[in-house]
Amino acid sequence: MTRLALVGLLLVALGALALDEAPKSSTAPPPPARAGAGEEHPEVPPPPFSEGIFPCSGCHAELKLNRTRRVLTEMHDDITLRHDEQHRWCLDCHDATDRDWLHLASGERVPFEESYRLCGQCHGEKLRDWRAGVHGRRTGDWNGHKRYLLCAHCHNPHTPRFQALEPKPAPLPPRRPGSEP
Amino acid sequence: MKHLPVKNAPATGSCASGCSRRQFASIASAAAAGFLLTGCGPRRLREMPKERLRQALDEMEREYAAKRGMAVTVADTPPMPDVLFAYALDLSRCIGCRRCVYACVEENNQSRDPQLHWIRVLQMEKEKGVDFRHADPYYNPAKVPEEGHFYVPVACQQCRNPPCVKTCPTGATWMEPDGIVVIDYDWCIGCRCCMAACPYGARHFNWAEPSIPAGELNPATHYLGNRPRPKGVVEKCTFCIQRVRKGRYPACVEVCPVGARKFGNLLDKDSEIRYIIENKRVLVLKQELNTLPKFFYFYAT
Amino acid sequence: MSFVRRFMRFVHGSVRLVLQGNRLYWAWIAVLLAMIGSGVYAYLEQLGTGLALTSMRDPVSWGFYIGNFTFLVGVAAAAVVLVIPAYVYDWKPIREIVIIGELLAVSAIVMCMLFVMVDIGRPDRFWHLIPPWGHLNLPSSILAWDSVVLNAYLVVNFVVVTHILYRAFCRRHYEKRLVVPLVLLSIPMAVGIHTVTAFLYNGLAARPYWNSSILAPQFLASAFCSGPAILLVVLQLLRRFTRFEIQDQAIWKIAELMAYAMFLNLFLHGVEAFKEYYSDTEHLLYTQYWFQGLGQHRTLVPYAWTAVALNLLAFVLFILPAARRNPLALNLGCLATYSGCYIEKGMGLIIPGFTPDTLGEIYRYAPSITELRVAAGVFAVGFLVFTLMLRVAVPISLGEFQDEERPELKARAPAIA
Repeated sequence: MTRLALVGLLLVALGALALDEAPKSSTAPPPPARAGAGEEHPEVPPPPFSEGIFPCSGCHAELKLNRTRRVLTEMHDDITLRHDEQHRWCLDCHDATDRDWLHLASGERVPFEESYRLCGQCHGEKLRDWRAGVHGRRTGDWNGHKRYLLCAHCHNPHTPRFQALEPKPAPLPPRRPGSEP
Repeated sequence: MKHLPVKNAPATGSCASGCSRRQFASIASAAAAGFLLTGCGPRRLREMPKERLRQALDEMEREYAAKRGMAVTVADTPPMPDVLFAYALDLSRCIGCRRCVYACVEENNQSRDPQLHWIRVLQMEKEKGVDFRHADPYYNPAKVPEEGHFYVPVACQQCRNPPCVKTCPTGATWMEPDGIVVIDYDWCIGCRCCMAACPYGARHFNWAEPSIPAGELNPATHYLGNRPRPKGVVEKCTFCIQRVRKGRYPACVEVCPVGARKFGNLLDKDSEIRYIIENKRVLVLKQELNTLPKFFYFYAT
Repeated sequence: MSFVRRFMRFVHGSVRLVLQGNRLYWAWIAVLLAMIGSGVYAYLEQLGTGLALTSMRDPVSWGFYIGNFTFLVGVAAAAVVLVIPAYVYDWKPIREIVIIGELLAVSAIVMCMLFVMVDIGRPDRFWHLIPPWGHLNLPSSILAWDSVVLNAYLVVNFVVVTHILYRAFCRRHYEKRLVVPLVLLSIPMAVGIHTVTAFLYNGLAARPYWNSSILAPQFLASAFCSGPAILLVVLQLLRRFTRFEIQDQAIWKIAELMAYAMFLNLFLHGVEAFKEYYSDTEHLLYTQYWFQGLGQHRTLVPYAWTAVALNLLAFVLFILPAARRNPLALNLGCLATYSGCYIEKGMGLIIPGFTPDTLGEIYRYAPSITELRVAAGVFAVGFLVFTLMLRVAVPISLGEFQDEERPELKARAPAIA
């Protein structure tokens, strides 16, 4: 009986190993022979958390839940919300009961790695374009594996507007030989 | 025919040296003629059979290595079948940061001094719209984008009806099967007809010996693309032929921080380019000139 | 082998002729050689450093060299102004001097080719244009066509001239069956070379200033007044310094033809200006840059109006018979028409075509010292070739330089005409 149980456990373990989805980065399916129309769940780098901020439950598991719409003063006061702040606040995106997750309007929880589903609720065209590879910074292979970034990699979710950049130097205007620049 | 006395013939009466001099001259000239006529001499890279081309490129690699003191590869990656490259640039996104310009310079081994850029970013006024007369490539504010302005980067439009190819007297420039208009830097005579013919100012001339600082040379080159060019020839954007023929994006596409640049295969119905043509409204520059560019501009917003 | 010996006598005789001359002649040769020396030196610098020594840059990628090339193709084509009256109408006064026009055509084509050689970035690759070693992109490349027709025109004129002169030297008449067809052929060829050169600009849709059907007729009109201007001066010099007889009628008729050509030139410029100013599209910019300047960019404006004034003056001087017959007015007219056409076909054609450039940039082009020295050297080569050919041709025409060896033909006078 014990031997049978052990064999059974072994089989279950083997089955679990076989069925377990390995992390996407190491056993991703081979790239398509030509560019695809876009992916439902593109592989993305880890979300750009500030140093040490995740997992949020590290603090929030013990804190009392306060659903009152307010400006935060004791913590996260370094975050300025300029993203439809007339109508929304933190808990409209961050899940109230488990801060390690975000949530959609339906209440469905989404992980930070799929935050694009949250952004896409309001920015549907951008999500469609992003999936097709048309929105956002494009790296990777046009003829194979496109590399995607999360929305949050370029747009700070709290102040998403793109910051102005310092331009690289202007070209030198053409000069006749011997004339001063 | 009566044998005429040869001046300075040896007194012995045999015309040994005279004959051998004549013989040598005739053999040498025949050899030279044969060399030239049978095409063992320099030819257009486009016409070379594959093995000879590879030999020529190996010779180039040796020359570059000797000159630069580092290993340089010159690839002859052929075009992929069923591929026609196209580009799309999102005018609602470009902020004029010029990172594309300098990524291109580094990737494609453009001369730093004299300065040569394949991409020119034009600042235009929102009120005037796309208006080349009032475009300014020399803008230099502290931050971009500047209020009231938008940006239009221009490089080779890789036309399907290229006026530069039509006008080149020696056939040193042509359109490859995958749609990239290329230049044979060893065949170009530097007459600059193509530069006069190009409506987009996309072709650039090496007015002096190009110089790239040591350590900044990109050694992964293609013979029709970013291999170091000599003085006195024309060059231009090749859609990063050394990258795209291996499935990668051009350098400008990858560096753009706002994702304004898109690239793909026009013949692939699932490509980003076809998505843009279908879902966004594309336009081309100077459309009335019928150059049929494969570089589209659009507004994704 | 006697023909080799005769040819050697011709060569020796010619060399002796060109080395004979008075002080004025040697001063002229010395000036030309000095200019050639300076040009060669400047060109070697240009070869070493690159075309960066010129003022040409990406926005204005053709400049002084190609402007001169264009003008000189016109001068070469202008031989037809003599050839038509001489051979088609068999008008004796011009029949006697048509050879001078053909010699000018040869010299002008030599200069044209030199200007192209000094302009291209890789002159060591010039042979890329010569099949079968090179490759000519026919039928689509106009420059390829231009190189074919210019070389053909040079060959035709050179063959005609050398055949006539050498036969005269040999105390024989030229072969009519060779010369007459070639000469008649040179008429459409003259029109052809300048039309093809005009097409070089005309066909570029990227350059609206040039992309106008009027360009080819306008080129021919300005060629037919500026080329003969040089001829008229040369003919007067020949009359003054040699025993070459040139009838007044020939000179006056040429001047009259130049007046009609100048009228056509002015008319065509006028209609082009109307189209630009009245239609008032963005294409007006180039014409505006030439005549008015754009903003503070007014470099070319003085040249534009000077050219207009000179051309008008030339027209008046040549259309009035009394002015034509006055040597001072005639020569003033020659100078005016040459300068006026030189300005409007050099600076007035090339630079406004590129300014503003395709992306709106305005680059202030002005020829650099290197360009001026090289161009002067090329002109000096052309003038030297012309001088040396005349130095041999005139004595042959006068019967003064002939082969001695055939006493049975001594009595027969050589016929050039």
